[in-house]
Amino acid sequence: MEKVKKESLWSYMKRHKWMYLLMLPGIIYFIIFKYVPMGGLIISFQNYSPYLGIAGSEWVGAEHFKNFFMNPDFKMLLVNTFSISVLNLIFFFPMPIILALLLNEIKNKIVKKSIQTMIYIPHFVSMVIVASLTFTLLNAETGVITQLAAMVTGNKPEFLSDPKYFRWIIVIQNIWKETGWGMIIFLAALAGVDTQLYEAAEVDGAGKMRQMWHITLPSIKSTIIIMLIMKVGTLLNTGFEQIFLMKNSLNSSVAEVFDTYVYTLGITQGAFSYSTAVGMFKSVVAATMVLITNWICKKCGETGLY
Amino acid sequence: MFTVNKNKIKMSPAEKAGLTAAYVVCILSGILTIIPFLYIVAGSFATEKELVERSFFIIPHTFSYNAYRYIVADGSIFRGLANSFLIMIAGTIINMAFTATLAYPLSKSWLKGRNLVLNMVIVTMLFSGGMIPNYLVVKNLGLLDSYLALMLPGAVNAFNLIIIKNFFQELPVELEEAAKIDGCSDLEIFLRIILPLSKPSLASVGLFYAVSHWNDFFNSLIYLNTTKKFPVQIILRQIVLLAQGASANGSSIDFGVGGTPPEQAVRMAATVVATIPILCVYPFVQKYFEQGVMVGAVKG
Repeated sequence: MEKVKKESLWSYMKRHKWMYLLMLPGIIYFIIFKYVPMGGLIISFQNYSPYLGIAGSEWVGAEHFKNFFMNPDFKMLLVNTFSISVLNLIFFFPMPIILALLLNEIKNKIVKKSIQTMIYIPHFVSMVIVASLTFTLLNAETGVITQLAAMVTGNKPEFLSDPKYFRWIIVIQNIWKETGWGMIIFLAALAGVDTQLYEAAEVDGAGKMRQMWHITLPSIKSTIIIMLIMKVGTLLNTGFEQIFLMKNSLNSSVAEVFDTYVYTLGITQGAFSYSTAVGMFKSVVAATMVLITNWICKKCGETGLY
Repeated sequence: MFTVNKNKIKMSPAEKAGLTAAYVVCILSGILTIIPFLYIVAGSFATEKELVERSFFIIPHTFSYNAYRYIVADGSIFRGLANSFLIMIAGTIINMAFTATLAYPLSKSWLKGRNLVLNMVIVTMLFSGGMIPNYLVVKNLGLLDSYLALMLPGAVNAFNLIIIKNFFQELPVELEEAAKIDGCSDLEIFLRIILPLSKPSLASVGLFYAVSHWNDFFNSLIYLNTTKKFPVQIILRQIVLLAQGASANGSSIDFGVGGTPPEQAVRMAATVVATIPILCVYPFVQKYFEQGVMVGAVKG
């Protein structure tokens, strides 16, 4: 058996040369644009200067992390990020489920399709368009909603600059933009429910409400739990574009989140090392949370994401 | 009449009320979703006076095209649309080239080193260098303020890669084996057999990429400086959010007696013009995206 010589790696690769050549651009892409930046995280331990480069910049250890944790901004960012995420979890998360349950009761195909077509639209428009619509509707002078609020309360609320409205605007934008799209996964789960169960329940004299409680909800329960766990895993990801577009100098005390903070300090003010440290803190915590929630999903007997 | 009702089990009044409520809530949600669009279309054709005086309307009392005359004369939003279109087409071509060529070898589970590369991809789904290191890489490559900065850093999306890889994996192996016997190289098999067979899944992933290029704001914000290169999303933000609508070209139009540039209507008209392209492709996109959600949900 010793005589059968194992093919050398080089001749194996030569035999499958096209496979490896096809892979090459993709691998180079991942190295340059994904792994080099990961290596670039090292600047969070330096006083990085673009002129000196990574090799020439002064090493400062964990100083930027220390400064960040001592900075009052740290607490502000945590509070703002979690406030927005938790409000989203409470008010936005149930919306697609509720709407999917209601839409599932509508048996008229044309009505159902028309409603779906309408409420999916906002998913495809950009955040800039969502912000533009919001600015138009909430304009302090001519905004429709401002005018309607003025009719009810007597004075014109400053929706766009008053900090107390900011978080609610973000949550309502999310509800408007993504409720319809979020339904798809629940509608699919609902479509998979065996209709014989309903027929049997009807024979047993169960009304619509009891059918929903005892058949429909249990059958989409696992989907709901998985979606909920995954949402918890991404609590730190508030989305840069939406917050950045709605943020201004008057509401920034409640609007500043990790991503916008990194942008302001890093890109506009050039504090590369400090902002990289902030970004790295966020990425590490976020990745850990995703891994933990994913592990919980698997423990629950679901497939998980990774 | 009788035959219609025969199979239906009678509903109690409470159930009837419940069903009516479901209809009402669903139809109301549909209307609430599209009403902002209807309002800005109406507002873009209204006069400034009417926008200030009337609160909500779908049909303006006096039709005015001043806002559209203004944005046509100004031209920036149309330049933005043209730029966005260019970025979208070129960007999607780059995306597809990089994604499909990587996905094919990754679909061969017997290939040595394939698992290593696949794991390398999966790690990037979980963890990334983040905004500043990415920015510095683009800067050091000398790509700042060029369209390549909008196309190359996101050339392969890991989720899309896995969708295509899974699709390739499901194609029957016999076809490839037959081609091999006929003397085709792996490259010929990929180009002549695999790609043509995968048109539907390539089309849907191409659409995902195209829509994300079109809607992208973040990358243009951090990488572009030259006003002439701005895509429509950046220009729309300047007009509507930063109130930089009034430019020299635009204000030279004669708006008639007491006519000032209709600021609010201009913002609405700009939003309408920026929204129209995506609404035109919406019917196609909706179908493919719905399938995409399900593929993503099943395969992860």
